[in-house]
Amino acid sequence: MELFLAEKGIYFLTLLLLGVGLAGIIVCSNYMKKLICMNIMQVAVIFFFLCLGQKAGGTIPVAMDSMINAADYINPLPHGLMLTAIVVSLGTTGVGLALLYRIKDRYGSIEEKDIIEREREKK
Amino acid sequence: MMNFLALEYRPLVAVALALTASILVYILGEHIHRNVREAITFVAAFLMAADVYSMIPSVISGEEIRLEVFSIVKGISLAFNVDAAGMIFGFVASTLWILTSLYSVGYMRGHDEKNQTGYYAAFAMCLCATMGICFAANLLTFFIFFEVLTVATYPLVVHYRDEKGKASGHKYLAYTLISGQIFFAAIVIIYVFTGTMDFVPGGFVATDALPMPWACVVFFMMVGAGIVKAGVMPLHSWLPAAMVAPTPVSALLHAVAVVKAGAFCTLRVVLYVFGPEAAKACHGAEILAWMAVLTILISSLIAIRKNNLKARLAYSTVGQLSYIVLGICILNPLAATGALYHIIAHAFLKITLFMCAGAIFVTTHKADITDMVGIGRRMPLTMLAFTLASVGIAGFPFFAGFVSKANIIMGAVEAGKPIYAATLVVSALLAVVYLMPVISIAFRRDVVNPEFSEYGEANWRMLVPLLITAVIAIVFGCAPNLGFHLYDIATMAGNSIFGALTM
Amino acid sequence: MKNLPILIVLLPLVAAQLCLVFSRIHRNVGRWLVITAVSASLVMSVMQLLNVIKDGPIHYYFGNYRAPIGIEFSIDTVNGIMLILVCVIGLLTFLFSSEFRVSSDKTIVGGMNTVLCLLITGLLGMTSTGDVFNLYVFLEITSLSAYCLIAMGGNKGVIAAYRYMLVGTVAATLYLLGVAVLYANTGTLNMADMAVLLNEGDKNKAMLLAMILFIAAFGIKMALFPFHGWQPAAYTHAETSARPLISGVMGKIPAYAMFRYLFCVYGTDFKYFDFILDVLGVLSVCAMLYGSIRAMGQKDMRKLLAYSSVAQIGYISLGFAIGTPLALAGAFLHMFGHAFMKAGLFFCVGAIVYRYGKFSLEDVGRLYKKMPITCGLLVLAALSMVGIPPAVGFFSKWYLGLAAAREAKWIYLAVLVISSLLNAVYFFRLIEKFFINPDKGLPQKRERGRIEASAWILIPVIVCFVAILALGLCNAKIVDVLLLTLGEVGL
Repeated sequence: MELFLAEKGIYFLTLLLLGVGLAGIIVCSNYMKKLICMNIMQVAVIFFFLCLGQKAGGTIPVAMDSMINAADYINPLPHGLMLTAIVVSLGTTGVGLALLYRIKDRYGSIEEKDIIEREREKK
Repeated sequence: MMNFLALEYRPLVAVALALTASILVYILGEHIHRNVREAITFVAAFLMAADVYSMIPSVISGEEIRLEVFSIVKGISLAFNVDAAGMIFGFVASTLWILTSLYSVGYMRGHDEKNQTGYYAAFAMCLCATMGICFAANLLTFFIFFEVLTVATYPLVVHYRDEKGKASGHKYLAYTLISGQIFFAAIVIIYVFTGTMDFVPGGFVATDALPMPWACVVFFMMVGAGIVKAGVMPLHSWLPAAMVAPTPVSALLHAVAVVKAGAFCTLRVVLYVFGPEAAKACHGAEILAWMAVLTILISSLIAIRKNNLKARLAYSTVGQLSYIVLGICILNPLAATGALYHIIAHAFLKITLFMCAGAIFVTTHKADITDMVGIGRRMPLTMLAFTLASVGIAGFPFFAGFVSKANIIMGAVEAGKPIYAATLVVSALLAVVYLMPVISIAFRRDVVNPEFSEYGEANWRMLVPLLITAVIAIVFGCAPNLGFHLYDIATMAGNSIFGALTM
Repeated sequence: MKNLPILIVLLPLVAAQLCLVFSRIHRNVGRWLVITAVSASLVMSVMQLLNVIKDGPIHYYFGNYRAPIGIEFSIDTVNGIMLILVCVIGLLTFLFSSEFRVSSDKTIVGGMNTVLCLLITGLLGMTSTGDVFNLYVFLEITSLSAYCLIAMGGNKGVIAAYRYMLVGTVAATLYLLGVAVLYANTGTLNMADMAVLLNEGDKNKAMLLAMILFIAAFGIKMALFPFHGWQPAAYTHAETSARPLISGVMGKIPAYAMFRYLFCVYGTDFKYFDFILDVLGVLSVCAMLYGSIRAMGQKDMRKLLAYSSVAQIGYISLGFAIGTPLALAGAFLHMFGHAFMKAGLFFCVGAIVYRYGKFSLEDVGRLYKKMPITCGLLVLAALSMVGIPPAVGFFSKWYLGLAAAREAKWIYLAVLVISSLLNAVYFFRLIEKFFINPDKGLPQKRERGRIEASAWILIPVIVCFVAILALGLCNAKIVDVLLLTLGEVGL
C-alpha cells in the first residue's frame, strides 16, 4: 500500500487537482474564478506530464562528464513539452483576461447571474 | 471533336435543351422582352420534340441508344438508354411541352399573372427532369432526375405565394420528399443486395434475393415514390391540394410530367427492377393492384361530388392514373401495353380537359360547374373539345382512351382477373356520370346566364392548343399507329418485358 | 518543391505577423499581404496534392531529424485536399471581409486580419502535422484566434467567446492528458511510430482511456453532440466577416484529427475499437436528430444554421462510426461539401446583413427579387443540405447510406433518411421565408450595390455555388483520390 502510494500516489494527486479545476469551472459563478480554475486544470496536466519524466536515481538532464549513461538522467522531453504548454496556457489566460476586461466593460459585472440578467433585459 | 448530334447523344441533348432554356429564362427573364423570353421556351420545346421524334425509328428497329455520360458516383454512371417505354413517355412530354407553352402564354397573359419568369424557368426545369426520367438507364440516374422534378415542381405549386399556396406546397413537399427519401433508402438496399442498378426489361431482382417479408417492404419502399406522385390512394391528397396553382401548372402536373413520372416510376420499379416474377413472388403487385382498384372506384365517386371543375378533374386524374398502375400490376404483356398506351391517351385527353377549364376560368372567371350554365353557347369550340375529351376519358371507341382500356381489360381477362376488368368497366360508367353533367349544364338552353353575353370564345393562344390535343386524342384512337408507331412501341415494350421471361 | 509542406503553413504564419506592422501604413497593405500569402499557400497545396496523387504520401521531417526524434508533417490525399479546402475558404473569407469595416482604426482592422490569418495557419498546421504534441500547439493557435474573432462580434460575442474559451481550454487540456497517457505507454510523440508501438503488448486499457479523452476533446472542438453547447452562441455572435471560415472549416479539422487517431494511430487491432465506433455512432445519431430538431424552432438565420451544423457534424462522425473506406470517403466528401454549403450560407447571411442589417427570418420576405444571386446560392446550399441531387449533399449521403447498408447497420440508414427529412423541414421553411413571405420593404443600409451586394461579397457566393455543384458532379473522382489513402488505413 505504501509502495503503491509512493509510486502512484502523485498521479492521484494530480488527477485530484484536475478534478478540482474542472469542478470549479462548472460550479463557480464568478467568471474570474472560472478562469482561475481553468488555470488549475492546466497546471494539473502539466504536473502529470512532469511526473512521467521522473525516475528514481536520475538527475536533471544537463550533461556532466562523470555521467554518460542515459539512465543517470531524467527524461527531458516532458519538461520541454511542458515549457510549451505553459506558454500556451499563458496565452490562453491572457486572452481570457482580455475578454474578462471587455465583459466588465460592457456588462458592468463578471458575475454569471448579472450577465444573464443583462442579456434578458436587452431582449 | 465529338459529334453531339450522333444518335447516342440525343437523350442527353433533350435534357440539356430544357436545362439551358430554364437557366436562360431564369437569368435573362426579367431583363428581356417577354416575347423573347417565351421564344426561348418555344425554340427549346420544338428542338426537343424534334430530337425525341428523331429517335423513334431507331427504337422501332430495336437499335440500342445508350450513353454513359460520366461516373456519377463510384461504380455507377450517369447513363441514358432509350427504350420503348421511355420513348412513349418522352414523346408525350416533349409534344405536350410545345402545346402547354403556347397555352401558358395565353393563360398567363390573359390572367396577368405575376412571377412569370420563375414560372417559365421552373416549367422548363420540370421538362428537363422529365426527359431525364424517360431516358434514365439506371436507378440512380432515375432518382436524381426524380428528385429534381420534385423540387422543380414546388415553385409552380406555390406560384401565387399566398397562404393557400403555402399550405399546398407543404403538403406536396411532405408527400413527395418523404416518399423520395424512402425511395433513396430502397435504392441503396437494392444495390447492396444485387450489385447492379441498370434497368432490365423483366427485372433484375431475383425472387430469392431478399428474405420474404423484406422483399415486399422494399418493393413498397420503392413503389411508394411512384404511387405518391401518381396519386394512388391513400397517398393522393397532395394532388387535389395542388389545384391552387395556375391551370397550365395543373395541366402539367396532371397530364404531362409529375403524375406521369409517378406512373412511369411504378412501371420501371415493377417491371424493370423487380420484374414480373419477383413482383408476384413478394405479393407486392397483387396488393398494389388492389390499391389501384379501390382508388379507381373511390376517386370516381368523390369526383361526382365535386363542384369545382378543376377539383373534379383532379379526382378524375387520380382514378385514371390508377388504370396505369393497375395495368402494370396485372403483369401481363397486353395489360402492360395498355398501361403504356394509357400514358399517351390520358395525357392528351386530360390536358384537353384542363386547358378547357383554364380557358373558361380566364375568359369568364368561373370555376364552379353550377355557374357554367349555358356557357357552351358562348364558347362552342372550347366546350366541343371538352365534350370530345370527356367521351374519350370515359373510354368510348374511336378515342385514344378506348385503345388503352381495351388492352388492359383484355390483359386482365387473359390473366384470369375478371374483377379488374369489371372495375374498369364500372369506372368508365362513373366517368360518364361525373363528366356528362358538366356538358349538359354548359349546353342547357332554358336558363341563360346574362353575364355570359359579354364573353366570347377564349383567346386563340389557349384555343388552338386545346383543339390540337383533342384532335390528336381522336387520331390516336382511330389509328393508334399513325405517324409515330406509338402502339407498336408500346407493344414492343410489353413484349420485351415478358418475352425475356418466356425465353 | 521539397519544402512545400512547411511552406504552406509557414507563409500565412509569417504574413500574419507582418500584417499587423504593415496595416499601420494603410489598412489595405496588410490585407493584401495576407491574401497573397494565403493564395500562395493555395497554389502550393494544389501542387502538393498533385504530387501526392502521383508519387504517394509525403513525409516531411523538420530540420531533417528523422521521424521519432524530429517533428514530422505527413501529407496524404485526404489532408492534401483538406489543405486546399482551408485555403480556399480562408481566401474567400478574406475577400468577403474586405467589405466589412470592422473599425475605423486601422490597427484593429490589421489585428483582425492577423487573427484571421492565424486561424488559417492553425487549421493548416493541424491538418498537416504527424506529431501529437505539434497538433496540440496548432489546436491552441486555432482556438485562441477563434476566441478573438468571436469576441469581435459585439457584446454577446464577448460572452460567447468567453464561454467557448473555458470549454475549449478544457478540451485542449483533456487532449493533453490523453497525449500524456499515450506518451507514458509508448515514449513517442510521432503518430506513425505510436501506431506501431501501441500494437506491441497489451495496452488496451490505457488506449481506451486516452481514446475517451480524445473523443471528449475533439467532440468539444468539432461541436459533436453532446459537447456542442458552446457552438450555437459562438457561431451566432461571431464577427460577421469571419463567420464563414469559423463555421465552414473550424469544426471539420478536429474531426479530421479524430479520424487520424481512430484509424491511423489506433486501427482495428485495438481491442475496444468496435465499442468506440458504436459510441461514436450513438453520438452521431443523437447529433443528427437533435441538431435538426433544434434548428426547426429558430427564428434567427444564424442560429438556425448553427444548429444545422450540429446535425451535419453528426453525418461526418457517422461516417467514422461505420468505419469502412467507403463510409470514410463519404464522411470526407461531406466534410468538403458541407464546408462550402455552410460557408456559402453564411456568405449569404453576410450579404444580407451587409445590405439590410437583419438576421431575423421574419424580415427577409421576397428578398430574392432584390438579391437574386445570393438567394440562388441560398436555395442550392439548402437543397444540398437536404440531400437533393445533383448537389454534393446527396452524394455524400449516398456513400454513407451505401456503406451503412453494406455493413447491415440499418439504423444508420434509417437515421440518414429521417435526418434529411428533418433538414427539409427547416430548410424549406427558410426558402419559404425568402421566396413566399410578403415583402417587408426593408430600408437599405448602404447605397452601394443597387441590385446585389458588392462584388467582393458576390465572388465568394458564386465560388461556393460552383463548388457545391462541381463537388457533386465530380464526386467519383474525389472519392477515387480519397480512397488512395483510405483504402489502406487498416480497413
